[in-house]
Amino acid sequence: MRKVPDNRAWWLVLPVLLLVAFSALVPLMTVVNYSVQDIFGPGNAYYVGTEWFRDVLRDERLQASLLRQFGFSAAVLAIEIPLGIGIALMMPKGGIRASLCLILLAIPLLIPWNVVGTIWQIFARGDIGLFGWGLNQLGFNYNYTGDPVDAWLTVLLMDVWHWTPLVALLCYSGLRAIPEAFYQAAEIDRASRWAVFRYIQLPRLKNVLVIAVLLRFMDSFMIYTEPFVLTGGGPGSSTTFLSQTLTTMAVGQFDLGRAAAFSLVYFLIVLLVSWLFFTAITHMDKER
Amino acid sequence: MAEIALTAMAHSYEKEPAGPEDYAIRQLDHVWEKGGAYALLGPSGCGKSTMLNIISGLLAPSEGQVLFDGKPVNHLSPRERNIAQVFQFPVVYDSMTVFDNLAFPLRNSGLPKAKIRERVNEIAEVLELEPLLHRKARNLTADEKQKVSMGRGLVREDVSAILFDEPLTVIDPQLKWKLRRKLKQIHEQFDITMIYVTHDQLEASTFADRIAVMYEGRIVQFGTPTELFENPNHTFVGFFIGSPGMNLIDVTRCPGGVQFGNTRFPLSEGVMKRLAETGSDNLRLGIRPEFIELTEPNPDSCPAIVEDVEDLGTYQILTAQLEGQGLKVRLSEDIQVERKQVVHLHFPARWLKLYVDEFLVEASP
Repeated sequence: MRKVPDNRAWWLVLPVLLLVAFSALVPLMTVVNYSVQDIFGPGNAYYVGTEWFRDVLRDERLQASLLRQFGFSAAVLAIEIPLGIGIALMMPKGGIRASLCLILLAIPLLIPWNVVGTIWQIFARGDIGLFGWGLNQLGFNYNYTGDPVDAWLTVLLMDVWHWTPLVALLCYSGLRAIPEAFYQAAEIDRASRWAVFRYIQLPRLKNVLVIAVLLRFMDSFMIYTEPFVLTGGGPGSSTTFLSQTLTTMAVGQFDLGRAAAFSLVYFLIVLLVSWLFFTAITHMDKER
Repeated sequence: MAEIALTAMAHSYEKEPAGPEDYAIRQLDHVWEKGGAYALLGPSGCGKSTMLNIISGLLAPSEGQVLFDGKPVNHLSPRERNIAQVFQFPVVYDSMTVFDNLAFPLRNSGLPKAKIRERVNEIAEVLELEPLLHRKARNLTADEKQKVSMGRGLVREDVSAILFDEPLTVIDPQLKWKLRRKLKQIHEQFDITMIYVTHDQLEASTFADRIAVMYEGRIVQFGTPTELFENPNHTFVGFFIGSPGMNLIDVTRCPGGVQFGNTRFPLSEGVMKRLAETGSDNLRLGIRPEFIELTEPNPDSCPAIVEDVEDLGTYQILTAQLEGQGLKVRLSEDIQVERKQVVHLHFPARWLKLYVDEFLVEASP
């Protein structure tokens, strides 16, 4: 069969192009458009060039917020990934007990985010919340509404409770996909528990871990609802993360140009870090 | 190195086995002597791999005992039994290099680095893996992976035994032959007990000094390749060993021997005496195609019609009809036989084997 080049075939791409344009390109370009203008009202906007960007990058409040955000995401990853792997390793391999574990693990994932915030807001209260009251009874001076460290730890604990199950479920599915023959061979080769983990389980978890790390990084980096409900960003601004700063700027102060510039910087950071993670993990054991 | 004994050992994958057919291995006693090269031969599903996994400790037998040098090891793990096993489908640790794969069992035993390097290089040389030593195992071809997998079994010096579970399945015939020779050499050099599971009789007889033939969860015969060929203990051994397998003819008792249609086969007194002791009517007469002779017509010969002649190069296989019973006869190349021709067959008495209930009846002394 002879192939005839026919450029009309490009029309077939049009539906996809339109869909992508409306779902991604147009909204994104709108933001780009806003980011280079100072907007006072409808029909009352002035071109300002890169001024907003320079302004945003120099803003100390934003820098502090960005730093907190990186700290939070780093802590989330450092706790949830190892913990999730650990839980997956300890789960039963099959039968009714495995099903029960899976259901228990899935529960936090099914709760709406603002409800999670509310649950922890009450749970951690010193007067009526079991967690807060319990800590105070044990002699800790715990008060998440007044103490920045307590507030920070509470937000972190809430995120660990909410999202570690996702990591655990992903790892569990990865572990179940390892053929029994590998464990048999390792047993014959007298591998220690650690060697089995290091040389059999971990390499074969790589793909799910890429997904887990990326999802947890992106989600934690964009966290908004839960700390907003739990602490409202306080005390002071100790738990005010990037998205909350952004929302205050865009919706609260109606500072659209600045907020748009900030959004773009935010977006680029997420993209860059995700790319770094992805590249680092997928190149980890390439042939030298 | 160890002597491996199985006493009253049986295994079933069912929780509550109801009858013998629920057993993957029916109760048996067997001894694998220290330093022997053995093959475990049988068709798929006869329990070979189950037996191997029980010896290595990956599987606990539901009944009976496994003894290493007389000590029960039922509850010891493969690690504690210090046993090496090579699986049918190659397992390589694909994030490691070939070198690290081969070194893995040694590192797990805590050997010094220099010793590990020496052993790995030695085994890599034997298996011709040297050029691949620093490649990642995941990029290897199927037969290279199988060699690595086999190397991990061979690299340990102090093992009780090395078990091979059809280790050459995915390897092409040329290399297969070479590797089998290598294994034999390694056995001669290091004198390690080796048990080699296969369903290929040629593979079994080139590798092993003695072969255990398994059938329906039992070891039906344990002997040298010659014994299995000349004196099959069970109709299955007769049928499974040799190509083509033994001719088996259903026969009935008659005075002085057994008969099939109008053909009578006289039997020795000793065999007749044993036959009289059994009441069973499940009698079969076996003779190997190699041992049937073509003769001139005489009172002892049986006329048969040639149905088919297959020329296999160095010999020919005759399919003949004797009173409706098909028989295979193996003849040398130079004898001229035509289809539809009548030939006269002679059955030498010493190669005629009588089976009662599928087991060989030997003359009582």
